Amino acid sequence: MKLIFERSVQGRRTFQMPASTFPKKELPDHLKRKAAPRLPEMSEVAISRHYTTLSKQAFGVNSGFYPLGSCTMKWNPRINEAVAALPGFARMHPLQPRETAEGCHEVLDKAREVLCEITGMDDMTFQPAAGAHGEYVGLLLMKKYHEKRGDAQRTRVLIPDSAHGTNPASASMVGFTVTTIKSDENGCVDLDALKASLDDTVAGLMLTNPNTMGIFDPNILEITRLVHDAGGVNYYDGANLNAIMGWVRPGDMGFDIVHLNLHKTFSTPHGGGGPGAGPVGCKAFLSPFMPKSQMGMEETPDSVGQVRAFYGNFLVVARALTYALTLGKEGVPMTSGMAVLNANYLMRKIEPNFPPYYNRICMHEFVISLEKIKKETGVGALDVAKCLLDYGMHPPTMYFPLNVPEALMIEPTETENRETLDEAAQAFNEIFEQIKKDPDSLHDCPKTTPISRPDEVGAARNPVVRYQFD
Amino acid sequence: MGSYLPSTKKETQEMLEAIGLKELKDLFVDVPRDVLLTDSVDIAPGLSEMGVRREMERIAKKNTVFDTVLRGAGSYDHHIPAIVGTVTGKEEFLTTYTPYQAEISQGVLQSIFEYQTMISELTGMDVSNASVYDGASAAAEAVMMTQTRNRERVYVASTANPEVINTIKTYCWGREVPFELIPQKDGLLDLDALKDLPKDTACIYVQQPNFFGLFEDAEQAAELAHQAGAKAVMGVYPIALGISKTPGEMGYDIAVGEGQPLGIPMSWGGPYLGFMTAKKDMMRMLPGRIAGETVDKQGRRAYVLTLQAREQHIRREKASSNVCTNQALCAMTAAVYMAAMGPAGLSEVAQLCYEGAHYFADELAKLKGFDRVHQAEFFNEFLTDCPMDVKQFEQKMMEKGILCGLPVDDKILWCVTEKMDKQAIDEVVQIIKEVSGQ
Repeated sequence: MKLIFERSVQGRRTFQMPASTFPKKELPDHLKRKAAPRLPEMSEVAISRHYTTLSKQAFGVNSGFYPLGSCTMKWNPRINEAVAALPGFARMHPLQPRETAEGCHEVLDKAREVLCEITGMDDMTFQPAAGAHGEYVGLLLMKKYHEKRGDAQRTRVLIPDSAHGTNPASASMVGFTVTTIKSDENGCVDLDALKASLDDTVAGLMLTNPNTMGIFDPNILEITRLVHDAGGVNYYDGANLNAIMGWVRPGDMGFDIVHLNLHKTFSTPHGGGGPGAGPVGCKAFLSPFMPKSQMGMEETPDSVGQVRAFYGNFLVVARALTYALTLGKEGVPMTSGMAVLNANYLMRKIEPNFPPYYNRICMHEFVISLEKIKKETGVGALDVAKCLLDYGMHPPTMYFPLNVPEALMIEPTETENRETLDEAAQAFNEIFEQIKKDPDSLHDCPKTTPISRPDEVGAARNPVVRYQFD
Repeated sequence: MGSYLPSTKKETQEMLEAIGLKELKDLFVDVPRDVLLTDSVDIAPGLSEMGVRREMERIAKKNTVFDTVLRGAGSYDHHIPAIVGTVTGKEEFLTTYTPYQAEISQGVLQSIFEYQTMISELTGMDVSNASVYDGASAAAEAVMMTQTRNRERVYVASTANPEVINTIKTYCWGREVPFELIPQKDGLLDLDALKDLPKDTACIYVQQPNFFGLFEDAEQAAELAHQAGAKAVMGVYPIALGISKTPGEMGYDIAVGEGQPLGIPMSWGGPYLGFMTAKKDMMRMLPGRIAGETVDKQGRRAYVLTLQAREQHIRREKASSNVCTNQALCAMTAAVYMAAMGPAGLSEVAQLCYEGAHYFADELAKLKGFDRVHQAEFFNEFLTDCPMDVKQFEQKMMEKGILCGLPVDDKILWCVTEKMDKQAIDEVVQIIKEVSGQ
């Protein structure tokens, strides 16, 4: 595909401004830009066709099955988009006087009410713009809480080895050190390892439940109690909330802080990597430390400060609220129930050839390991993933969680129908047959995509990260 | 009511049977009985699509949408060409995930690569990442990029946007990094304060134009930072760069900013776009995703997410940042905007903002009590006195359908964009005259 710069012709225009009606005035010379930016110069139709060409090489939820583990690629209802486009939301300036923005505040208040009820929290901030941003806020709350209690020596965070990489990365952003807790033979938190790590230097625990293996930790109440008893705070990574909403609440499991990924559980579109939203809920005792916007919000003297401008990704919250109101009381547990059922159904369908890494009822996702197959045939998780591309589906998450060798992590979501799951199972099983017959052929997959496997090592070794103009 | 679940009751039952279970509840066997909910959570029954639309429209109507917006301060009412929304509304772009699977994501990866190029061109810098959350978090991440073992202290312009200053402050508090404010004199940075910076200075952060719309002596500021061995970071207003000197031309090491003015609606503060650009030697310190060019097995040009060794999923606690989800669709929005405007269009927009604001300031100065507070050169924002109680003035202007400048203590911070022509400004001035009893 041509780059947009390769379609540019000097002097071509799309958008023209009306002629100035003002007295002519020039920026003083010393403030003027010297070289014009080499932006594309194109007609409107050329821009449209360029991006249409690009869109044909993008895989959306509308394109096909998207069982990308941990990412919850469910259907993004279009009514949410229509609501976000309402001028009464989209055209609001964030620094309008409160009495002219009551509707926006009502969106946040309603979303807070519904999401606090679903998570069992007392308060919620919408400022964080993504899950990792929410983790960061949660850890700031933890830090501030201990600091306020004169307990500032608590700088250690306990994180299971199966956790997302953002957990440890967020911890270091608040000056905490990470103690990794190993998983037991069932993929859950090893209670002895946890106990051995607890002392008065522990700030808290970060946990996803169900965890990244797709397993609900049956010892959860014991785990959170142990941490509380040691003076720590329990942080719930809401990445996997889609498994349990309406069935069990993080607040009831002993968690004090929760972040949600509205772009996962609450169906707002991923946009190729954002914008999402990562609201953070907390129990009442942490509420005084919640972030605030300097110019937009009331005084909260103990606040951790702010982590971005204004109120957060407001239009994403408006979409999520639309979704939550649509589901309502019955829809919320049905959604999670069907997400879990779809995962178990698919897990059992491919089990004869690709057994689950932990053989038990899974939650909204499950993990298989290609370790044995790789040893025997040389075909690994990457090869299977790339082969799935030729079946017109998006592959599962690869090589995660890190504690499972040659992992593929599969999350079908609740919005997929049985035929889609059956077809996916058939694809997996056909690939298994191909591995038996001709394992080497898998290294050449994918064969039907616009490009074959790209040279990632070369890209990193000799980085070209922008167009090279002549 | 609506639940987006395709499975019929019959199918659900059959699927449960296929895995040897009777009811959905059996799937939650690992949840301790004490905390398992038996009757969902306590929220209202679900709504139909029509019902939810009615409800959200009811809420939206409680807001006042102003046709005339003379307020900026971090969010700007610029015109958005119609092509922008139709491109970014394409379902494939809207609903795709981060392009991990390059073979089916060339369109997304290429669009990020093109965005990186355009935003680098606009700022006059060498490289860009794929974006972060907003301008304020971009500024904070930029400051964190400059941290080294011996250099941690951060000097932030007191003339920057308060939301940005406070975000940087939070990040500094988190990492336990010394945070200092650079003092101001007559609305501009007091550059004397940057002479003889201490040896542990990591960087200075300067906003251009600053919160009051004024052009700082930014070149001098960067020079002083460099003399002390520190990095210079600039926060920019992307529209101003259509005509004004770039951070690249002024020797800055990192340039960041709020990309909202590039085609993104004001949206009550978000989603916005934090852009981050840098000199080549700082490329590997950039947080977040970066798209890069490579070739596939057949040697065809291809794009991938690259330099991932910096990132959290590989480096975990040693990562340069925890950023993963960014603002990709907003970055694409900015790219389509820049393509639609082109270099000529962008310079025209900037020129109209500049001329309109100066015309407005001159007209205001003819009234009593609306004199400019500062003397320095400005772009499209400026601070004036207000001859009456500012809150009362604001209220009266709103009654006339105008969102006036932002009250800042007893003064007003005005902003003019290309949406205002001479006639529109003359009308506003007439209303201000009435409202202030002149």
